[in-house]
Amino acid sequence: MIEKPIERVAKATPTGMARQIKGLSDKAVAWLFVGPTIFLLLAINIFPLIWTINLSFTNFRANRPNREVEYVGLRNYERILTDSDTWLSMQATAHFLFWTLLLQVLIGFALAWLINRKFRGNDVWTTIIVLPMMLSPAVVGNFWTFLYQPQIGLFNYVVSFFTGVDPSSFDMLGSVDLAPWSIIIVDTWMWTPFVMLICLAGLRSIPDYIYEAAEIDRASKWRQFWTITVPMVLPFLMLAVLFRGIENFKMFDLVVQLTGGGPGSVTEMASINLKREAFEKWRTGYASAFAIILFVTVFGLASIYVKALNKVKER
Amino acid sequence: MSSFFTGLRRFRRGAWEMVATLIIAIGVFMLMQPFVLWAYTYSFITTLIGTVLFIVVSHFPE
Repeated sequence: MIEKPIERVAKATPTGMARQIKGLSDKAVAWLFVGPTIFLLLAINIFPLIWTINLSFTNFRANRPNREVEYVGLRNYERILTDSDTWLSMQATAHFLFWTLLLQVLIGFALAWLINRKFRGNDVWTTIIVLPMMLSPAVVGNFWTFLYQPQIGLFNYVVSFFTGVDPSSFDMLGSVDLAPWSIIIVDTWMWTPFVMLICLAGLRSIPDYIYEAAEIDRASKWRQFWTITVPMVLPFLMLAVLFRGIENFKMFDLVVQLTGGGPGSVTEMASINLKREAFEKWRTGYASAFAIILFVTVFGLASIYVKALNKVKER
Repeated sequence: MSSFFTGLRRFRRGAWEMVATLIIAIGVFMLMQPFVLWAYTYSFITTLIGTVLFIVVSHFPE
């Protein structure tokens, strides 16, 4: 008779341990397996969150741990929500969010629509388009810094080739007007493939018979696009927007690599402002309150995201 | 539209989730808009109310 793997494991268990486990109920054994994960979750996620909420009501400074900590109530929240500089960082985040989402949706959907057609080399093109998404943001930020160099950068030469403007006459990362756009371009280049993949999944989920029925009813291609393709891809597109929205709201690494929040503070987004408050000015209590504000916003957006996800599942 | 108000009156999840989602969206817009500072000031409390409401109403019956 062939021995089952579970029986082999049971036989291999040392007698002492087997005796100990034998006395446990199924529920206890289940807790034994789940326990370490729950412990890690509490230690890494829940405890720091509660601690941050606690710190947000104090004037604690991490560089002066021996100083007496005073509870300041809602003063940190009041300061953040009436500070015009923090408001500007939120506006910088909003500008970045709006344009990256718009460009990524338009280009991503267009690419998905093209890739969805059957042609030779379809798979190769899909792989090539998806490549930027697989790179590390630190690497992407670094090599785009070289591409944006006014003297040797390829980007300036390409712009010069199409517009006739002198390549060294503009500095994408050093100009107050162009720096926010430089980050938008890089993020769009990197994350459009992600939106494309989600749209592609949506497009491939549309059954052919719907288009065939539309053909029989003599619906034009334009009409088919607006009454079949767009409504059926919309939930997927919405998901991509929400997912990218939440990710870009927390954008940090790419901006640090490219502009570091400059020139001045035009690209200083919420996350960079938060890092400066926490680890340059060492206003830990203030930074904790700011982190809680961002957390509640992202949590709220995530709730909408979950709701949208459930709607897609229902379809 | 009337089913939405009926849902609100009967504490149904769908309608109340819609309200919570709207409050969150308004809160996020207030946080990021470049027009008036007072809207930015009250954005956090709006988003917080929306989020807490969302958590509560997601336990309402369908």
